[in-house]
Amino acid sequence: MNRLDVQGLKTYFFLDKGILKAVDGVSFTVGDQETIGIIGESGCGKSMTAQSLLRLVARPGEIVHGQAFLRRKDGSIVDILALDANSSELRSIRGNEISIVFQEPMTSFSPVHTIGFQISQMYKIHTDLNKAEIRERVLELLTRVGISNPQQRLDEYPYQLSGGMRQRAMIAMALSCKPQVVIADEPTTALDVTIQAQILELMKDLQHEADMSTVYITHNMAVIAENVDRVYVMYLGRVVESTTTQQLFSNPLHPYTQKLLRSIPRPGQRVDRLEIIAGSVPNAIDPPVQCGFFSRCPAAMVGKCDRTVPELVEIEAGHFVRCFLYSEETEPEDEWTNI
Amino acid sequence: MLNFILRRSLILIPFLFLISIISFTVIQLPPGTYVDTYVNNLKLQGGTVSEEQKASIEAMYGLDKPMAVQYGLWITNIILRGNFGNSFRYNRPVTDILQERIPRTVSISLVSIFLTWLIAVPLGILSAVKQYSFWDHLFTFISLLGLAVPGFLLALILMYAVYAQTGWMISGLFSPEFRSEPWSVAKFTDMLKNIWLPLLVLSITGVAGIIRVLRASLLDELNKQYVTTARAKGLSEWQLILQYPIRIAINPLISTLGWMLPAVVGGEIVISKVLNLPTTGPVLLEATTAQDMYLAGGIVMILSLLTVIGTFISDILLAVNDPRIRMN
Amino acid sequence: MEKVDQLDRQADKQGWGNAQAPTADRSRSAMNDRSAQLNQRYRRNKARRQILAEQLYGASQYQLMRVKFKKHRVAMLSLYLLGIFYFVAIFAEFMVPYTTTQRFEEAIYASPTQIHLFDAEGKLTTPFFYSSKSKIDTATFRYEPVIDDAATVNRIQFFAQGEPYKVLGIIPLNRRLYAVEGEQPLFLLGADQLGRDLLSRIIYASRVSLFVGFGGVIISFFLGILLGGISGFAGGVVDVVIQRLIELLMSIPQIPLWLALSAAIPTEWTGIQTYFAITLVLSLVGWTGLARVVRGKILSLREEDYVTAARISSASNMAIIFRHLLPGITSYLVVHVTISIPYMILGETTLSFLGLGIRAPDVSWGTLLQQAQDVVVITNYPWLLLPAVFVVAAVILFNFIGDGLRDAADPYAR
Repeated sequence: MNRLDVQGLKTYFFLDKGILKAVDGVSFTVGDQETIGIIGESGCGKSMTAQSLLRLVARPGEIVHGQAFLRRKDGSIVDILALDANSSELRSIRGNEISIVFQEPMTSFSPVHTIGFQISQMYKIHTDLNKAEIRERVLELLTRVGISNPQQRLDEYPYQLSGGMRQRAMIAMALSCKPQVVIADEPTTALDVTIQAQILELMKDLQHEADMSTVYITHNMAVIAENVDRVYVMYLGRVVESTTTQQLFSNPLHPYTQKLLRSIPRPGQRVDRLEIIAGSVPNAIDPPVQCGFFSRCPAAMVGKCDRTVPELVEIEAGHFVRCFLYSEETEPEDEWTNI
Repeated sequence: MLNFILRRSLILIPFLFLISIISFTVIQLPPGTYVDTYVNNLKLQGGTVSEEQKASIEAMYGLDKPMAVQYGLWITNIILRGNFGNSFRYNRPVTDILQERIPRTVSISLVSIFLTWLIAVPLGILSAVKQYSFWDHLFTFISLLGLAVPGFLLALILMYAVYAQTGWMISGLFSPEFRSEPWSVAKFTDMLKNIWLPLLVLSITGVAGIIRVLRASLLDELNKQYVTTARAKGLSEWQLILQYPIRIAINPLISTLGWMLPAVVGGEIVISKVLNLPTTGPVLLEATTAQDMYLAGGIVMILSLLTVIGTFISDILLAVNDPRIRMN
Repeated sequence: MEKVDQLDRQADKQGWGNAQAPTADRSRSAMNDRSAQLNQRYRRNKARRQILAEQLYGASQYQLMRVKFKKHRVAMLSLYLLGIFYFVAIFAEFMVPYTTTQRFEEAIYASPTQIHLFDAEGKLTTPFFYSSKSKIDTATFRYEPVIDDAATVNRIQFFAQGEPYKVLGIIPLNRRLYAVEGEQPLFLLGADQLGRDLLSRIIYASRVSLFVGFGGVIISFFLGILLGGISGFAGGVVDVVIQRLIELLMSIPQIPLWLALSAAIPTEWTGIQTYFAITLVLSLVGWTGLARVVRGKILSLREEDYVTAARISSASNMAIIFRHLLPGITSYLVVHVTISIPYMILGETTLSFLGLGIRAPDVSWGTLLQQAQDVVVITNYPWLLLPAVFVVAAVILFNFIGDGLRDAADPYAR
């Protein structure tokens, strides 16, 4: 059985203006020691998927549907989405079984507590170690993630560290209790390119050392290409294509994926105009019942693609697409379809 | 950090001089001098005072000299001899009167502040965490009442309520029988029976403000990213609230600590007058209206001084609490 | 390092400290219930939402604020109630039958008049009351209204004719909302020591108390924005000087300053002059708070990227201030004004209560409360505390409106 099995996750935001369907029926699996990628534009619901997993969604957002089966370290299986919001079980999953490395390390750390305090807290919450043991491990951890002078850094505040170091500290904190799944939410977006490479290397190494699976959430194809085994492409809250990285690059099926790949400028190839995806992401509040990509799809079929939502179907082995070009199946309606 | 303190301290001295000048001026604003008040009182009782008598009294007290000279004399006396002059009305040194009143004022103030914070901080936190719940609305309404009802009014209403129900008039700290008696257990109990009212009034007015401030500032912080991170670490809601956002949400309250210093010593003026408390407040009120120059001037100056010191302490406390401020 | 690794391996096998045994497959009913609830609610509101969405599309900042404010029921109610307060205050001559100085010597400390709707036979009739005089009860030393033996009936007339007066000083009128046939006084809220109708005095007093806030707020508004804005925008020496000035002013304890300034108002000044002087006094203390906040906001907004963008687009300083910085502050200013007015009202009430504010023959709620200083008096004649109810009500209403405005102006509010 997979480590993590998410089925039909729906996270909606109930606003005065209408319902924002941030995550609209997303399913994915994470196996042992696997690296998954979730790619998509800003606003497609990738971060919200991660946060929903750890039940971090706040009002007016609600998780209205879905199951997320986690195989815990001790072998037991639990549906995270069914747990009581205040349960100690949920708290024992956060940081201990599943961790998130957030996007912006500056705002993700408390500005008035030292790095050492914040990282040590992970041990205090999830283990029974004493102060000295915790300190030892934190120092080791900081060294492992490549932070020089860990004794000094321990007592420093977030604003005293550089961006790259803060991100490393963030990673250290997330990994401290050896979670089974680490979700990295755009871990390198806020960093410059050279640091990006280092951070990704670091995460790869750490993954090998510990028995860890990683989920990369990004909009950067390069990250996917280098690090990821399987990819899920998201658009407007839905998974539109999912397959192995290799397949994705060699045989992208969904029009969105194709355009996405074509829009990457290739070094060595001169072009007069860069390829773009015309239009912009439509409003996700009270979306009409249609394929989300309809307004920008070059292969859109009027009368079909704007009337119903295609279902995610396995076209070839391990390669799923949500598009009427490949299948006639439609997404079944539920109580939220025509609200 | 030391730099910070040094810089602020240097500004203090010229500031204090300016304050002394302003205090003196403020006291002189109402027209006339104490002698006028004295003369008026005499007239009301049927006596008469001729213009020459009045002028000679004024000369005796040095009230006929030009303003600048009077100020000069006053301030040199204070700095060189610690002599704040005499109160015209009580015919005693200002320092004596203050020594009598200030300790009492301070004790009452401190106890009421302690009570205020004891009640207000948990309620403020609860209000923010359970936003829009029944408790939140209840506390918000109570704090609104606390802000809308002027303290003296509350005092009046409570006094009336107690009197109407029990026939007992709460006035001052002690019942008439005990006022001039030496301290004893009975006197202490009597004080307790009287003091609950001023403490209640003082606390309620304070509680309202603090609940509002804390609620607003905590709500601001609760939406921030680091709170989500803390939650993602597996902390329970209360643990994470008390450890993280509270630290920052408390900042505005720490700023108010600075204002508290003069308030603790000066006491609440109008409430004290209504309740007849033997604190600094009523004395200041009388002194200002009667033109009891040295008494009023002395108190105003001390209170201003305390305000400046209090703000200074507030700044230091803020820097201690929030390392980001130290950086600036 | 060895030891740590060993410990780690051990822990890995045994599981870390806090891991809990999983609960048996919990039903997802909590999620399902909530989901169904929201679903229903949204289906019901669909039409309304669409209208709202159309309204809001392309709405300006102020339009958005207005729509949001209107949804805040408490604030809207407060707005209406306050409107009524002000309306009554402006048209006081029409609303109440007596002036502030009209005395009825036989009605000292009269209690609120009992109004009857049913006559002696039990038939419904126009409201009336019986004539009475105030007499001292020798046992309690309290004035009691004693109905005279003739039990003369006095009818209450609505829109009755009476002494002519001028609405707003211009339009002559002689009808009043209610009045009494004949000479007997009607005290809806009782009378004071001199036999003056408390209700009439309260309504006339509201003219002073409700409007004193505006003058003060306008002055402190100007001073605050001007000096705070300059301070924040210009920075440098100007900023430092203004800041020190503000700190200096703020270190003078407030009430003594008020006391001194009020006591300094010459007694010869007329009511109106005194009134404006009080306004000035109140605002002098208030502007510093606003200046500080304005400065703070401008300082933080000045560094925002959108201001830099404006500068790069060659926007003039004036344009930057008015079109870019000011809108960010406006919402705060609006709220500040609504909160300052009750502050001024309370200030004036306190000063007048102490005898340092509005002087006779003018009345404000504060001066009316002077009579209530004596606890024995209040116990005997508790209606004398009623002006307090008005003060509290006005302040609460302003605060609710302020809250509504703040929520409306906040783009992140729920």
